[in-house]
Amino acid sequence: MASSYNAKEEDGHVPGSAGHGGAAEAKSKKPDNTAFKQQRLPAWQPILTAGTVLPAFFVIGLIFIPIGIGLFVTSNNIKEFEIDYTGVNSDSPCYSCATNASWNNTTPCLCSLNFTLSQPFESNVYMYYGLSNFYQNHRRYVKSRDDSQLYGDPNALKSPSKECEPYRMSGAQPIAPCGAIANSLFNDTLELYHIEPNGTRNLIPLVKKGIAWWTDKHVKFRNPEGNDNLTVAFQGTTKPVNWRNPVYELDPSDPENNGFINEDFIVWMRTAALPTFRKLYRIIQKKSGPTPTLPSGNYVLNIAYNYPVTSFDGRKRMILSTISWMGGKNPFLGIAYITVGSICFFLGGGFKQAALNIWSVHGILGGVELSD
Amino acid sequence: MFRKRFPPEEERRVRANDREYNEKFQYASNCIMTSKYNIITFLPVNLFEQFQEVANTYFLFLLILQLIPQISSLSWFTTIVPLALVLIITAVKDATDDYFRHKSDNQVNNRQSQVLIRGSLQHEKWMNVRVGDIIKLENNQFVAADLLLLSSTEPHGLCYIETAELDGETNMKVRQSVSVTSELGDPNNLFSFDGEVVCEPPNNKLDRFCGTLYWRDKKYTLTNQNMLLRGCVLRNTEACYGLVIFAGPDTKLMQNSGRTKFKRTSIDRLMNTLVLWIFGFLVCMGVILAVGDAVWEREVGSLFQSYLPWDPPVNNFLFNAFLSFWSYVIILNTVVPISLYVSVEVIRLGHSYFINWDQQMFCSQCNTAAEARTTTLNEELGQVEYIFSDKTGTLTQNIMSFNKCSINGQTYGEVTDPLGPQAKRLDFTPFNPLADLDFCFYDDTLLESVKVGDSHTHKFFRLLSLCHTVMSEEKSEGELVYKAQSPDEGALVTAARNFGFVFRSRTPGTITTTEMGRPVTYTLLAILDFNNIRKRMSVIVRSPEGRIRLYCKGADTVLLERLHPCNQELMNITSDHLNEYAADGLRTLALAYRDLSEDEWEAWSESHRCADKASDCREDRVAAAYEQIEQDMMLLGATAIEDKLQEGVPETIAVLSLANIKIWVLTGDKQETAVNIGYSCKMLTDDMTEVFIINGHTVQSVRQELRRARERMIELSRTRDGGKESGMEGWGEAYFSGNGLRGGQEGDGTESGGGGGGGGKPPQCPPPPPPPPPPPPPPSPPSNLMDNVSGEFALIVNGHSLAHALEADMETEFVSTACACKAVICCRVTPLQKAQVVELIKTHKKAVTLAIGDGANDVSMIKSAHIGVGISGQEGIQAVLSSDYSFSQFRFLQRLLLVHGRWSYLRMCRFLCYFFYKNFAFTMVHFWFGFFCGFSAQTVYDQYFITLYNIVYTSLPVLAMGIFDQDVPDHRSLEYPKLYEPGQLNLLFNKKEFFICITQGIYTSVVLFFVPYAVLSDATQSNGVPLADYQTFAVTTATALVIVVSVQIALDTGFWTVINHVFVWGSVGCYFSIMLALHSQSLFRIFPNQFHFVGSAQSTLLQPVVWLTIALATAICIVPVLAFRFLKLDLKPQLSDTVRYTQLVRQKKRKPAGRSVGSAWRGVGMVAEGRLGARGGSRRSGYAFAHQEGFGELITSGKNMRLSSQALANFASRHSSSWIDTLRRKKHNHTHTPPSASGECSPAPSCVSGLFPLGPQKPIQLQHRAQSQLHLQGPAQAPSSSVLGSSAVRCHGGDSPGGWTLSLGSVQEALFGWKGFAGRSGASNSQGLPPVAKETSHIE
Repeated sequence: MASSYNAKEEDGHVPGSAGHGGAAEAKSKKPDNTAFKQQRLPAWQPILTAGTVLPAFFVIGLIFIPIGIGLFVTSNNIKEFEIDYTGVNSDSPCYSCATNASWNNTTPCLCSLNFTLSQPFESNVYMYYGLSNFYQNHRRYVKSRDDSQLYGDPNALKSPSKECEPYRMSGAQPIAPCGAIANSLFNDTLELYHIEPNGTRNLIPLVKKGIAWWTDKHVKFRNPEGNDNLTVAFQGTTKPVNWRNPVYELDPSDPENNGFINEDFIVWMRTAALPTFRKLYRIIQKKSGPTPTLPSGNYVLNIAYNYPVTSFDGRKRMILSTISWMGGKNPFLGIAYITVGSICFFLGGGFKQAALNIWSVHGILGGVELSD
Repeated sequence: MFRKRFPPEEERRVRANDREYNEKFQYASNCIMTSKYNIITFLPVNLFEQFQEVANTYFLFLLILQLIPQISSLSWFTTIVPLALVLIITAVKDATDDYFRHKSDNQVNNRQSQVLIRGSLQHEKWMNVRVGDIIKLENNQFVAADLLLLSSTEPHGLCYIETAELDGETNMKVRQSVSVTSELGDPNNLFSFDGEVVCEPPNNKLDRFCGTLYWRDKKYTLTNQNMLLRGCVLRNTEACYGLVIFAGPDTKLMQNSGRTKFKRTSIDRLMNTLVLWIFGFLVCMGVILAVGDAVWEREVGSLFQSYLPWDPPVNNFLFNAFLSFWSYVIILNTVVPISLYVSVEVIRLGHSYFINWDQQMFCSQCNTAAEARTTTLNEELGQVEYIFSDKTGTLTQNIMSFNKCSINGQTYGEVTDPLGPQAKRLDFTPFNPLADLDFCFYDDTLLESVKVGDSHTHKFFRLLSLCHTVMSEEKSEGELVYKAQSPDEGALVTAARNFGFVFRSRTPGTITTTEMGRPVTYTLLAILDFNNIRKRMSVIVRSPEGRIRLYCKGADTVLLERLHPCNQELMNITSDHLNEYAADGLRTLALAYRDLSEDEWEAWSESHRCADKASDCREDRVAAAYEQIEQDMMLLGATAIEDKLQEGVPETIAVLSLANIKIWVLTGDKQETAVNIGYSCKMLTDDMTEVFIINGHTVQSVRQELRRARERMIELSRTRDGGKESGMEGWGEAYFSGNGLRGGQEGDGTESGGGGGGGGKPPQCPPPPPPPPPPPPPPSPPSNLMDNVSGEFALIVNGHSLAHALEADMETEFVSTACACKAVICCRVTPLQKAQVVELIKTHKKAVTLAIGDGANDVSMIKSAHIGVGISGQEGIQAVLSSDYSFSQFRFLQRLLLVHGRWSYLRMCRFLCYFFYKNFAFTMVHFWFGFFCGFSAQTVYDQYFITLYNIVYTSLPVLAMGIFDQDVPDHRSLEYPKLYEPGQLNLLFNKKEFFICITQGIYTSVVLFFVPYAVLSDATQSNGVPLADYQTFAVTTATALVIVVSVQIALDTGFWTVINHVFVWGSVGCYFSIMLALHSQSLFRIFPNQFHFVGSAQSTLLQPVVWLTIALATAICIVPVLAFRFLKLDLKPQLSDTVRYTQLVRQKKRKPAGRSVGSAWRGVGMVAEGRLGARGGSRRSGYAFAHQEGFGELITSGKNMRLSSQALANFASRHSSSWIDTLRRKKHNHTHTPPSASGECSPAPSCVSGLFPLGPQKPIQLQHRAQSQLHLQGPAQAPSSSVLGSSAVRCHGGDSPGGWTLSLGSVQEALFGWKGFAGRSGASNSQGLPPVAKETSHIE
């Protein structure tokens, strides 16, 4: 305000003599003439014309359809076998186990299922257990763990995170591993026998190593440090309520596979995204020689039935599957690709026709035509 | 704030020179405060204000919810980080704004004024001026507070003020002090003045003041005539003294400036509504999911308890569902992310900078760039439907120039060939040494005609030199300064001066002129003063030869009726000329004279004297007397004065109206002036179907006039539309053909019908009734009929009618009439009415309004409109200070609206569409996941992804689009004003568009959830490990989301600059690198509990299936969008698409950019212009005269005459001393001398004798040099030496304003001769020199 006020006063008195005061030196406030400030930056201005959109559709179609076909064929070549052993029906061999199963049973209930593979399974075969209606992705379930404890942090081992409630402490002793996830560890034991045509049962060797993520096994899960003897390391903690054995006795056969780095445990701890899920149980290694890993024929699945699921209407399955470059059997992906690719292809064609019709009527771009 | 506690003032008592007494009343001091915060109150007040924003409170609420463990579905930082960011950014912005407000307040408050304290004048800051102080004001100073004028240096206590800051009128006004106080000349007497003023409490009425002065047991009535209001500037008065009555916030200026309202854009309001809707939507989803949770917990969860027991306080499924509802409210809150508000602010800030940086809105003459003072309104600039413009200083430069004239049937000043070489400006100096050098005229035939001595031409200019109320001031021989009360008169007298009829001076009884170099003194017998009803003024003079003649100038309509019948032929020619001038938008006056015999004069003089003395109906009688003598006059010709428009005004108005923006002119000026400007800036054209004038003085008459106007409109448009219909056609045509004439006459008729003739119908008004009388139209045409009125109408409303029209029950009537018109002009509008009109349109039309003005009288309008634009022109910067945008030329408005506004709107709309889209796509995935995770409010994504999604991964590309996007280049949007329309119709972002966006967002979320669901549920890695674990799923979905929204922004961006590329690619890159970092082993090793996702990114992104899933999801999301957009563009292209496409084609062809493409649209503008310039057939008086009644009386009474040439010279010298004073003060400030120090430089009349309290060394030397040079080199070298001289004087002049009252006497007179010489030799600098020379002489 003041500046204009003075200027005014001066103007009234000495018109024309402004150059003599400060006005001449006054810096020009003219904005810089840069492309940025004048909003004239060079720019690419795409516009959705028939010339760009239609080829794009064709290209998408041309890429998607072959991929889809490839995926579909690959997926069809994968062999998969699935058997439900929950024992819901009374005629099921596991019916009695299913009705009696509870966490408190000290002795496992055994049952066995016969099944037939109509086709031989080549290469490595992967054995999964599947659970249905099991909400591993429930918020309270997902968070009910203490990653510090699982990482072998001695403090967390002795005082687990509050997130583990109500499976945090058992009496005065901290639970290791704490939390609902660990507490509900899947503890059925599955054994697979091949019944040869002559009736002999051959136990199929199941590899229990290499079923967990590398990072989980080597980074995320660690036993408490300081002692080679896990019993000592876990001293002062107690096993989860539902467990039969403490964490350091999870795998009696392999001392290296005990504690938090037990692979079955790690697999279980990687929670599933959906209530119906499968987890890798064992790997059946490819046999050397021409015989398939699992030749076609009759098999028997022996189950130590420990894990109760009938109470919440859950289901348990055993799955055998081979694998390709794109993983397991997955028909959806191939079909989806073929569908999307075809739609694009037809859209491209349809639009081309439509565009041509419109041009013939209205000229370029339809609507208003600008003379040039 | 303090004053609020006191009861409102009933009356104000002020005692002069008695601070103690006045302090009892706790009147407001002269300190003004427009800032909102101080350091202590800033934090609480600002936070309070910020949390009044619904959004901020909502986020605070969410934050609190998240602290409850049973509810918390997200970590606390996902909300607090963005919220804190928002609060901090806003607070910083508010603090900066307020800092500048503090600064400007301080500047004003620290202005210096001279206060009479203890008998001496002391410099005080404005803020320290108290009610009851006596202030000395000098010429050209702003009045510091509302003052009662006590005395002035002019005779009779008169002083002149310019009230441009207050009401925008630039003509000078006279104020006079009460006679008793005007005698108290000097500070000593004034100090003893202890009168007490009792007056009304502070109010905002600018034209009213009532109070009483009690002094020495006598009462004197005070009126507005005695007041000097803050914001006025003292003019042509050397100095005056005033008593402060109202100070600071109590002044009428401040009372008139309405409260600052926080302006919101319509997009803002829409956004808030949408946010509320979204909130509702959120609650709905929450309820759905909570119900789902209840069902799930009852059917499944309760059974699943052996694996997953309920959290302790939860003991039944209902309670669980209740908690689940809140959990979902938290995780779904990202549909309205807080970053929305920050981003919007950032985008607007960017747009504001572009406005500030725009070179094409920079005015090099005044060195001012456009400035976006409010950064939050930019997109509203793209939606303006109504512009309310001030006239003076906004449309016009307020410079009158004598442009054309018609003398005895011959027109001059016509530039014959507009395409030819620029006509040469006439040089008058060789012909006439007294000519004003600034005067421009191009037609030399007129000068020739003067030179050859054409008697008509001579009479013409003689009339101009005699018939006026201009005061002259001759500071030195030949250096004339005219003080005209209206700029028109000044222009006319100056024209006469240049053509050899120089008005030199006047006394109450004489007028001295120099006619063709020969001094002539006329005896002034009478001034028949101007008034609005007469619309003419006359003088009766006796020439030295003794001939008595009446000279009259006035509106042609009035004057032509009073001519002698023998003038018929000339009158026809002249009125043709007048029409031409008027059609060009010039202000015309007709000139006539009448020779009077001695007897006639005697007789009339007698009757006039009687009339004048009559006690009753004096006015009428005097008017009748005037009427009696102003008869049988001989026509001389007509003048046409151009009220110079600002550069590019008609073009701008044409372009804006092509863009469908309605322009209303609200002016304080008179109707004629306003209408004239309306024509010259092409708002009104002769092609208009009809121009209605609302001029009623009562509610009924205004209502009637409005109704009649509407009926006519409907009639006329019916005639136009259904012209073929028989029956109607006949009389409709009759109406139509007659209307132009009627429109013109109606206005004049009402005017001359008398201001008082309100109630009745104006006499000339009723149209000739058509033979078959039309059926009576409905009493009040329904407004829907008004919407489709076709035809171009204009409405002119007078101030007093407007007052009625704005009354509650008339509002709708007024709005429906006015809005059907293409142009509306309101004249004689007060500042408050301006605001009311704006409010009216705002409330009734729900349209975006923009007010543009330059004076303090426009402040209220600027504040109440959606957007206020201030012209930083001559009328101070009050308007600029309260405006949202400011620049220095009206024509920049088109760029501001059509380019910046349009872009802003476009960008903001695209931004919002995309923003809502991306957040729905992001958030709704949780909703679908809810059905698969037992409604447990488990998030799909990693918590870090949720935190960073809006502020890192997706913010910059959309910001870049919101800031840089352009659909068509700037010059195209000026070429095709129609491109502006989508903004006005709110097409680019409205509720429908919003639904489309969120539908698209929801569709995307469905795809993003179910495609990975379908693919991954059975898929395994190539090593057999299933992919369906939660973390893989989360990473896949998140990656797909980021890629889909990035592709979408790529589709939305229409203008890919480097920055867009960097941001889009950078964001995707950023996503991957941040994700890999967060999933890295090293971070996990440090905080194993915080980074659960260790290794997920690596193992997931190595899987081909994951990439195939992402590609599939992207294709499914984008292909339909692409197809839809392509079809839309192909089948229903918008104008912008077409323009853009043409641009592209042209670029491809690499043709030189021919401008022919725009011709179709631009053509309209050109045609309009061309047509406007054409001569209209209708008759319209271009008469306009910014004149006020009463000046004639002032002259004949001799009140405003200066006593002697000595006093005049005296004035001149003091005049310059105050200028020196200013410079001196500047210097003072520069040397950091505390202002109070100036007080010690006592007013020393003898300081010339070598007493230099402040500049001891240099000034003396300079002075010596100046003297010696003067002595040695004599007058020839004066210009150079005087420069030095002036600088010497400058150093001490300010200390002693009283010091220059020394009479200069003979020295002064002796110098006149010399000065005349200097003036002629240094022609280019002549105006700068005189005061300087005088100072020099003074030192001698």
